[in-house]
Amino acid sequence: MIIRNVRVLGGEPVDIRVADGTITEIGTGLQGAEEIVDGRGAIALPGLVDLHTHLREPGREDAETVLTGTQSAARGGYTAVHAMANTSPVADTAGVVEQVYRLGQEGGYCDVQPVGAVTVGLEGRQLAELGAMADSAARVRVFSDDGHCVDDAVLMRRALEYVKAFDGVVAQHAQEPRLTSGAQMNEGVISGRLGLAGWPAVAEEAIIARDCLLAAHVGSRLHICHVSTAGSVEILRWAKSKGWNVTAEVTPHHLLLTDALVEESPNGSYNPIYKVNPPLRTRADVEALRAALADGTIDVVATDHAPHPVEDKETEWAAAAMGMIGLETALSVVQESMVDTGLLDWAGVAERMSLKPAEIGRLSGHGNPLEVGAPANITLYDPGARTEVDPRAFASKSRNTPYEGMTLPGRIVATFLRGKPTVLEGKLV
Amino acid sequence: MSESRAVLEGPDIHRALTRIAHEILERTKGADGVVLLGIPTRGVTLARRLGERIEQFEGVKIPVGSIDITMYRDDLRLKPARPLGHTELPPDGVDGRTVVLVDDVLYSGRTVRAALDALNDLGRPTAVQLATLVDRGHRELPIRADYVGKNLPTAKSEKVKVFLDEIDGRDAVELIK
Amino acid sequence: MNKHLISAADLSKDDALLILDTAEELAAVSERSIKKLPTLRGRTVVNLFFEDSTRTRISFEAAAKRLSADVINFSAKGSSVSKGESLKDTALTLEAMGADAVVIRHGASGAPHRLANWVRGSVVNAGDGTHEHPTQALLDAFSMRRRLGSLEGRKITIVGDVLHSRVARSNVLLLATLGADVTLVAPPTLLPVSVGTWPCEVSYDLDAVLPKSDVVMMLRVQKERMNAAYFPSEREYSRRYGLDRDRFAKMPDDAIVMHPGPMNRGMEIAADVADSPRSTIVEQVANGVTTRMAVLYLLLGGESAQ
Repeated sequence: MIIRNVRVLGGEPVDIRVADGTITEIGTGLQGAEEIVDGRGAIALPGLVDLHTHLREPGREDAETVLTGTQSAARGGYTAVHAMANTSPVADTAGVVEQVYRLGQEGGYCDVQPVGAVTVGLEGRQLAELGAMADSAARVRVFSDDGHCVDDAVLMRRALEYVKAFDGVVAQHAQEPRLTSGAQMNEGVISGRLGLAGWPAVAEEAIIARDCLLAAHVGSRLHICHVSTAGSVEILRWAKSKGWNVTAEVTPHHLLLTDALVEESPNGSYNPIYKVNPPLRTRADVEALRAALADGTIDVVATDHAPHPVEDKETEWAAAAMGMIGLETALSVVQESMVDTGLLDWAGVAERMSLKPAEIGRLSGHGNPLEVGAPANITLYDPGARTEVDPRAFASKSRNTPYEGMTLPGRIVATFLRGKPTVLEGKLV
Repeated sequence: MSESRAVLEGPDIHRALTRIAHEILERTKGADGVVLLGIPTRGVTLARRLGERIEQFEGVKIPVGSIDITMYRDDLRLKPARPLGHTELPPDGVDGRTVVLVDDVLYSGRTVRAALDALNDLGRPTAVQLATLVDRGHRELPIRADYVGKNLPTAKSEKVKVFLDEIDGRDAVELIK
Repeated sequence: MNKHLISAADLSKDDALLILDTAEELAAVSERSIKKLPTLRGRTVVNLFFEDSTRTRISFEAAAKRLSADVINFSAKGSSVSKGESLKDTALTLEAMGADAVVIRHGASGAPHRLANWVRGSVVNAGDGTHEHPTQALLDAFSMRRRLGSLEGRKITIVGDVLHSRVARSNVLLLATLGADVTLVAPPTLLPVSVGTWPCEVSYDLDAVLPKSDVVMMLRVQKERMNAAYFPSEREYSRRYGLDRDRFAKMPDDAIVMHPGPMNRGMEIAADVADSPRSTIVEQVANGVTTRMAVLYLLLGGESAQ
């Protein structure tokens, strides 16, 4: 196959020859008898890798399945996603992670790399069999109780130490539970006015500070999920300045949206479409997160794609589920918040949405620069398009996007997983 | 452009009210047991003037009050909710009295209908009569005035506007085409 | 006036004064022998109460009935709601009944906002979670006006659990709109962290504020706060923030005492303070009906604002 007329990381137009799932030649005016895909000048990025996806299967197939979730990922330009462990049953055994892994393989739209639970049942009391999951066919390297914080300091220390044996990483959902008991939204001016129980920034920051210190003490890798506050950024900057092995992610929605939407939005007040964990924060937090992603303090963008059925969002605020879907809008939101604002170029985007997440997750077959010999995981993206977000067009089974009706830049033109197109002309293959 | 024409000037209004005051005294045999209830806003002012005149002529002070009819209107749903006028009955109420309702302009009769309903919730007068400064015709209900300052033939497209010194700084009745 | 009354912030100064002036005219209706007006004949008001509040429900019910509206009481207890029916499904049921107004009391902040998306009629917030209770604020303002006249420049002190109080939120907004100077007094644990952005002053010292107050409004301290370490003990709270006889004596002679009820006598307010002639606590109840009549009339009495 020859992919014609694409601009690798936004550079000069070239053609890419792909054979047997591998990039075999990059140049201009490539000739051959193979199938031709016309890139029409789209930007070529290494296939995107998500470190934080909720696929909901097993257990909540009404919200998402591995198949629909990976189709959604492919439409968003992803070739690999890390499936979070908070399924039912919880992905805390080799059996469950292998099941999720196989479902991904069968679908063929996107590689699914299961994340293993840190503790049995996400209950924060006893370590799950991390080694068994690491040794399973799923080769789990990222462990997280996401949705729950591993708040017991001793347990967190043990987890950080234990995963060193197989080069694993603990991805912490930083949320001090007592400070966020009953919390509904970012604690600040708006929560005070709306009478919604506040979710203080310190509840996130205190855990991040503690875990950075723990990781340094035991010499382990630590990853922080969905960083949402300016204070967290400061702590991470400090930890990195010490040379500690700490990485962090930010979600697209925390790069664009603020808690002001809870009070006033085109979708009314108190609309739970904006209810998410961690909560949307302030404009100052958004600015700090963007700067941190630009300067590398935050390493990657991860979607925290969290599908929920309509009935779990069409409720009063307190009763609604937390979370937003994000796979199919992630790159557009990153363009809007980072590229169009001049904070990142396309090489920087590739670094933060493909290379680095694959490195953190230890996925050798993903996140490689688009070079001869690399696996042909390629995302073609047209940054000049502008599209009004229509959730009905999503491949995801759920519709809980906060961007409905918004016009966002860019469009995924095609996605190739090891040379096989999963999306062409913006449509699933 | 609408044009307006004065149909009654200050002295005309003065004479009309004086005549009505005399008629009330005559019809009610010295205004015994009479209560004057004005319909806000200008009906209240007219009721007060009538009360003053009756006192001048006869030396008796007769009770004057106001009766707001907003909550009894039959056209509430045609406009946004209106502010309420003030209802204030004399201390002895209206039971067993002869109530003279006072309004500035009598037109469809619907305002008077509403006033009768409102009055019904406030007590049981012996009799109810109606005084109006201007009767412009075009009745839509079987209602007629007992005391009329001036019968004014009008077209339905015209408007009648009453100005009173206490509220508007001058006395006049104008016909607006 | 907006179509709904969900937050005191929905009311402009003109709106608020219109409601209070209308209530003033309607107060006389409650004193006459026929306490009924035909104004809302044929209109349907649904009282949708997800929380028990007999006082508020009865007040709205009396207000609607005095205006001749048909009243349907829909209490969540024992209904399909307690069997898991969603607020949205309940809303659609009310739509099918043709409710012209829905008066909603709900434990979740923002529930009336959500409801307003799903029904065509007017939504009146009768208390949502720890957010607002705008008709309570209106009746409080009405009670103050009857005692003090205009509220412009009046010094009003609100004491107690501001953090969890919908009454405090609505009162701060409405009283600021009406030009009063509001001071909140509470232990710092019971104030929102962002209270500095509210249109009012804040103090931790009740004794310093009392001598300058025209009105002192005491908020109820709920039992569950006492067990959640917001303050060390009932006794300490009462000593620092309770309105006892000594503190009452420090208030100016013509200042009044208010309480939205139900009271914890002996805790936030001493019994003889609550029962003093300068307390408006009893008339607040009667004023509640009058004020709610005014709100229902102004929302429903005219053409539908649709």
